[in-house]
Amino acid sequence: MNLTFFDQFSSPSLLGIPLILIAMTFPALLIPSPGNRWITSRLTTLQLWFFNLVTKQLMMPLDKKGHKWALILTSLMVFLLLTNLLGLLPYTFTPTTQLSMNLALAFPLWLATVLTGLRNQPSTSLGHLLPEGTPTPLIPALILIETTSLLIRPLALGVRLTANLTAGHLLIQLISTATTALFSTMPAISLLTLLILLLLTILEVAVAMIQAYVFVLLLSLYLQENI
Amino acid sequence: GPLSERPLMEVRLGELHTWISTCHVSPQGLLGAVQKAWSSYCDKYIHVRRGGPSGISMLLAGYCLLSYGWNYQHLRRHRWRKYH
Repeated sequence: MNLTFFDQFSSPSLLGIPLILIAMTFPALLIPSPGNRWITSRLTTLQLWFFNLVTKQLMMPLDKKGHKWALILTSLMVFLLLTNLLGLLPYTFTPTTQLSMNLALAFPLWLATVLTGLRNQPSTSLGHLLPEGTPTPLIPALILIETTSLLIRPLALGVRLTANLTAGHLLIQLISTATTALFSTMPAISLLTLLILLLLTILEVAVAMIQAYVFVLLLSLYLQENI
Repeated sequence: GPLSERPLMEVRLGELHTWISTCHVSPQGLLGAVQKAWSSYCDKYIHVRRGGPSGISMLLAGYCLLSYGWNYQHLRRHRWRKYH
């Protein structure tokens, strides 16, 4: 049996219970509900401030009809942010490295935006398939290209998140293996690799946050076109 | 007071098995105990006016330990694997 570097991304399970269940539900524990206190605790205050900021940012370009999407987009953003960041802790499992989960998030939401557009404003939604000012001979080709671009969006959303996180975790594993392997023979090179590992970890924290934001931002953009 | 009514933190180690035998073991009882434990943890460390990083850090450390335990069978054979 040939175990490769990609084995780290198979979902681990103990006694038949997969770890992905715990990994997906644990972020809920980190967000305490505000309760009925007048002055909330420090953690709750910070979180409420953050949620307000995110909701305002996402809902600004949308008109009133789009504000129905506020809850799902904000909760999706917070979920992706927390699962991505928790995956950087030692020994933890990142559920967003599984393509199945990311496609399961991207596909229904994208489809919902497309169907909303087709139902409420069908001619405007279909009109997005042809940019303004295209020369007449190019119209058939451009419609095909724009349709393909529309249909590939959920795939792109899912694969972007998966690939970014998987590649990041893989790089961290490879470079840390190199650091420990080099430590006994060439300590100086090992220190250089350690420095690269530190910079990479900072990058991974940034990527974890940015990828969550990009996912939700693109969904809100697709919603803007169609609402 | 009597053993069955004392909370867990005030039970001595030697009396632990007697205490466990006196509590109601049922799904609702267990769920209630988990709920009570979680809310007492929150009230002690998180819903405080001047809380610090300790509340969340303990949760994260516990999560790391849980993940380590879940993966233990896989991690145990790390040294002898040919391909990581």
